[in-house]
Amino acid sequence: MPPSLSEVLVHARRLTKRFGTFTAVDAVDFDVRTGEAFGFLGPNGAGKTSTMKMIACSSPITEGDLTVIGMDPRAQAPQIKAHLGVVPKTDNLDAELTVRENLEMYARYFDIPNEVARRRTDELLEFVQLAERADDQVDPLSGGMKRRLTLARALVNDPEFLILDEPTTGLDPQARHLLWERLYRLKQRGATLIITTHYMDEAEQLCDRLVVMDKAKIVAEGSPRELIERYSTREVLELRFPDGRPGLDGRLDGLAERVEELPDRVLLYTADGEGTLETIHARDIHIDSALVRRATLEDVFLRLTGRSLVE
Amino acid sequence: MTIATRVLQRNLLVYRRTWRGSLFGSFMTPLLYLTAMGLGLGSLIATRGGAVLGGYDYLHFLGPGILAASCMQSAVFESTFPIMGKIMWRRNYEAMLATPLEVRHLLVGELLWIAFRVLSISSVFLVILTLFGIPRGPLALLAIPAAILTGLAFSAAVMGFAATQRNDAGFSWMFRFVVNPLFLFSGTFFPITRLPEPVQWVAAATPLYHGVSLVRGTILNDAAILSGWPLHVAYLLVFFGVAAAIAHRLLRRRLVN
Repeated sequence: MPPSLSEVLVHARRLTKRFGTFTAVDAVDFDVRTGEAFGFLGPNGAGKTSTMKMIACSSPITEGDLTVIGMDPRAQAPQIKAHLGVVPKTDNLDAELTVRENLEMYARYFDIPNEVARRRTDELLEFVQLAERADDQVDPLSGGMKRRLTLARALVNDPEFLILDEPTTGLDPQARHLLWERLYRLKQRGATLIITTHYMDEAEQLCDRLVVMDKAKIVAEGSPRELIERYSTREVLELRFPDGRPGLDGRLDGLAERVEELPDRVLLYTADGEGTLETIHARDIHIDSALVRRATLEDVFLRLTGRSLVE
Repeated sequence: MTIATRVLQRNLLVYRRTWRGSLFGSFMTPLLYLTAMGLGLGSLIATRGGAVLGGYDYLHFLGPGILAASCMQSAVFESTFPIMGKIMWRRNYEAMLATPLEVRHLLVGELLWIAFRVLSISSVFLVILTLFGIPRGPLALLAIPAAILTGLAFSAAVMGFAATQRNDAGFSWMFRFVVNPLFLFSGTFFPITRLPEPVQWVAAATPLYHGVSLVRGTILNDAAILSGWPLHVAYLLVFFGVAAAIAHRLLRRRLVN
């Protein structure tokens, strides 16, 4: 069932961004609905950030249609920006102000009255667990704290939706989990999130629906579960062989839906990993080690965008 | 446009922590120049000064010129590294442009900040000049708006230049080949009539010459120096307007892409 217009926060059709002759985003279509966490997955340079910047009205649209909360970014950028919160890829906090001043001043850029700005600042510092650092300068904060402060800053205008560009890149596991937990809480309160990431676990944790971008185009769309079902099998059997893989040619044929040979191991995409492993033992194929695991979004991602390094 | 004042407000918030040092600097500059050059060097040229300096002591001739030139230097400096830092090092503008603020608000806000800086520097300067007994009457107060206009003209031009730079190497080039020659040859230290005629024309085309004339004329309450005041004011206004329009285009090109 197509979503009604009031439910669609972001509506893009043939959205295109070119820098000179280079096409960063090539005629992509997508809709983001109220209350969902929508992800853009893709390798570096796939066009995720350029798409986000067009939604955030900080980069002009080259071609195509884009509607953000019912408004046209070409004509109503300030009005749109008043209703959204942005967590950019790299923190751009004001290093000359304290933690508290960063939030209060940012609220003033939105023309939020002083008293409201102070109250929201107190609430948000609690929410991101930085109340104790309120009067500190920004520079000595850890990477995770800066990221949380950036998140708090993005919430200062009580936005209709949040744009998060690689929110946890470069953070240690503790800091990542704390940030995820805060984002999850926002989601539970009904916030709409648009997230770019190249971490599959992040996408699986946070996103209700996502698109995979590669070379400026959208190559797949769906929920993490749908994508795994569509582009992978339920399980993956990983095999390692002694001394390379002598005399393997053809002996794995027919054992799995798909066989992928990598330099260090062979991946067998199959519905039943243990069953496949038994067949391999029965055929007397000599292996070093075997691992059965569930298929993840990472398998989907690598299948869709390839294994070659993008640089 | 009132939202542009938030940019000024942000700079004032930072200034609240640094104003003491900055104010001390504002006192030191005129004191050093007036003592060393006005009194020291001035004592050597006192005998020959007379007619060339319009009948003034060198100290009286120099003081208003240094005021205008210092305001220009501060306005230029504030428009170089701090602006580049906000564009590319600390990326404050990127953060600000994610709010309803637009590039024109950033530009207007920063120019308001420059106006505030020049207002405070020229006021301190005027107090020091008064201690040396240089101003002749309340007309001297008009030197403050004249200095602000001069500072804004330079600031707008330099902000546009800063928007085109990828590193700070261009600034040292600019200080060496633009700001320092202006400082020396715009009538600050001697009347430009002492220069060869073609050089005089070049000097008269620079905004600082017009700023120096207005500041000196008002402080010394001298009708002869002020005779061309409408021309000076018009020149500075046009220069400022054109430079600000160009700066807006260049900042937009740099920040919105």
